[in-house]
Amino acid sequence: MKLHYAFLVRPRTSLDSKTGTWRLSRPVLDKSKCSRCGICELYCPDVCIVAASDDYAIDYDYCKGCGICAHECPTGAIEMIPEEM
Amino acid sequence: MKEYYQDKLFVPGHRFCPGCAAPIAVKAILKATGANVILVSPTGCLEVCTSPYPYSAWGVPWVHSLFENAPAIAVGVEAALKVRGRRDVHVVVIGGDGSTYDIGLGALSGMFERGHNILYICYNNEAYMNTGVQRSGATPYLASTMTTRPGLMEPGNMRPKKNLPAIALAHGIPYVATASVAFPQDITRKVERALNIVGPKYIEIHTPCPIGWGFDTALSIEVARKGVLSGLIPLYEAGPDIPLKVRPIRKPEPVTAYLKLQGRFKHLFLRPDGEQWIAEIQAIADDNIRRLGLASQPPTQEADGIATDLSGA
Amino acid sequence: MSFHSKNMAVMEGSMAIARAVRDARPGVIPVYPITPQTHIVEFLAEMVANGELDAQYIRVESEFSAASVLFGAAAAGVRAYTASASQGLALMTEVIFSLAGSRLPVVLTGCNRQLSSPISLQPDHQDTVLLRDSGIIELYVESAQEAYDTHLQAFKIAEHPAVRLPVLVCVDGYVLTHVFEPVSTLYQEQVNAFLPPYQPQEYLTPENPLIYGAYTDDQTALEMHYLTYQATLRAKSVIECVAREYESLFGQYHGGLIDTYRLDDAEVALVAMGSMVSTLREAVDRLRRQGRRVGLVKVRSYRPFPTEALRDALAKVPAVAVLEKSLSRGFQGVLSADVKAALYHAARRPLVLGLMAGYGGREMTLGTVDEVVARAYQAVGQGCVEEDCVFLNLRKEILPEGIAQ
Repeated sequence: MKLHYAFLVRPRTSLDSKTGTWRLSRPVLDKSKCSRCGICELYCPDVCIVAASDDYAIDYDYCKGCGICAHECPTGAIEMIPEEM
Repeated sequence: MKEYYQDKLFVPGHRFCPGCAAPIAVKAILKATGANVILVSPTGCLEVCTSPYPYSAWGVPWVHSLFENAPAIAVGVEAALKVRGRRDVHVVVIGGDGSTYDIGLGALSGMFERGHNILYICYNNEAYMNTGVQRSGATPYLASTMTTRPGLMEPGNMRPKKNLPAIALAHGIPYVATASVAFPQDITRKVERALNIVGPKYIEIHTPCPIGWGFDTALSIEVARKGVLSGLIPLYEAGPDIPLKVRPIRKPEPVTAYLKLQGRFKHLFLRPDGEQWIAEIQAIADDNIRRLGLASQPPTQEADGIATDLSGA
Repeated sequence: MSFHSKNMAVMEGSMAIARAVRDARPGVIPVYPITPQTHIVEFLAEMVANGELDAQYIRVESEFSAASVLFGAAAAGVRAYTASASQGLALMTEVIFSLAGSRLPVVLTGCNRQLSSPISLQPDHQDTVLLRDSGIIELYVESAQEAYDTHLQAFKIAEHPAVRLPVLVCVDGYVLTHVFEPVSTLYQEQVNAFLPPYQPQEYLTPENPLIYGAYTDDQTALEMHYLTYQATLRAKSVIECVAREYESLFGQYHGGLIDTYRLDDAEVALVAMGSMVSTLREAVDRLRRQGRRVGLVKVRSYRPFPTEALRDALAKVPAVAVLEKSLSRGFQGVLSADVKAALYHAARRPLVLGLMAGYGGREMTLGTVDEVVARAYQAVGQGCVEEDCVFLNLRKEILPEGIAQ
């Protein structure tokens, strides 16, 4: 990595910073309960829940395991499972 | 998955604490601005967490200079865009309450007063969080912070919040709104509305902080929601040419439902005189509900609006 | 174009500066008034109002914001200018460090005036030397003509790809800003040929999103400071080149990093900055007529400090007397300390006297120069300098009992 003379940073470079290593528990989605309301995607602070073909995909590279998605899911389709240490 | 993010305006890998509400607000804001925007941020959680060299989570142009000059930086950017013939590009400041309410207020006032076409958005976590949870002008009455510790002498922060939306309105700017991360689509709608108005605009977004307020990371949205339902965080839009529009609370909850979720108010439930203090907070909520007509729609005859006494907004 | 193609008129120093700024065509001009800068920004307001200057003229609410508007404008790719003085420059200090560290080319005029407290409108250099650690380039002018020429050069130096730093043109308050002198100004086509439009390759724009002002840690901050430092050193040759280019085009030259006057066989060299230099040229002529071998070094570029040029110029002079208009409290005169530091590793070190002359706005006359030269010869005779910092023309009679110099 060479410094830019004015220390500018290129956009979206945080994608190289895999914050998934932070988490102590991970959200797991039960497709059968998912009503595709999109609330989990709306509220995810880590921008890592994405609408997929028939459910929602969680990008575990970045998920910090905050648990907001599990807490806010109206059908209880998401459960927080402790990560193995 | 990485290809998915290539054109996104805000991507993962940022350094916000787990459960921080600020990035939730950012997502909602960028849905309204789109890519044709230049963002300005003062020093604070958002700046540090989005752009630790050499990484940045932004997919739009973004500039950070100092703590107290974001509005003035934005003024320079707006002027440059005019010189370049780019009046189509939005200029939006996203700054925390520390900068907005306190150290940057002079620059903010100047920006308002001169009528610059800039949208200023304050994400309000009600303290100087980036430096470790010290009291700001936005810290609510009786909250515990690292510089308003409850003890024998005082039960926490003894001053009500500065009513910054009222200050913004007093400048005569065309649009002022308050919002909450509990209602992101409302944020997006308000940002869209603001961007369609020429002139200075102010939007304040209530963004709970799990670390600073003391609650489990999963509860950020619930805490935000309870704040709105209690009447302590009234949501409204206003302006000299805009009739006051509030988000009604069908069934206001007692403030305890909000306070008891947060470590920063825990002392009120443990002190022998706690009930009396909580009653004062309830009075603030009740006053908001009355002044703004929150519990009925449209506002009643008694509702006299936003800019009144020291009762915190 | 021939340097005979010029307009010559008698004008206030502030007008000369305003015309240079107008001719440089900045797009964004934030202003906040402070004595003795006000005439500059008022003339610019008139020029904007009558269409002579097409710029975004922004009446900000503080100098802190004025400097910040410069930052935003430059980051968004537009040439920007402001002027200030004294307390205003002090208030801008935080932003000036940020501008230099962010490598943003903007130009400011510093209308030299004392710093409070006590508050005073009188000129000295404390307000601009205050910024000496920031990375801003500081050029000190001795006349209204030089003020005009140097402001045009300042934009070119700032925007030079090897530099990309803010530039501060220091102009003594009242003595230069409010005094009328004959000034030759250029035609717009001449200025355009010398100073092309500002066109950075990178700037804030949605078409090429970039992030300015990221937060650094101990792994990169040192290198960033090193890069900025290297830029300040590279600026030395750019300042010289731009001055020579201006001379070849327009016939005006006031020195590059320094200027020297009658220094060749000097026994005593006077060193000074700003308007005092023009007085000292006369003083040198007078002393020379009396048989004293005195010469003069004008420090034009205070930052970057002209270390090599000073060592060369003063190599053979037995004694150097620095006439000082700023003081580092608890230590000694700012310029004299810097001169001493620059000469420390010279093969032959002259004696250096540091004399507060003009500090606090205390008037300095030709008679004062006589005293300075006498002290310098005395030091040569004794082979040493007795005091690091001498206050000339001090009114001892008003000092309380028991305070002596």
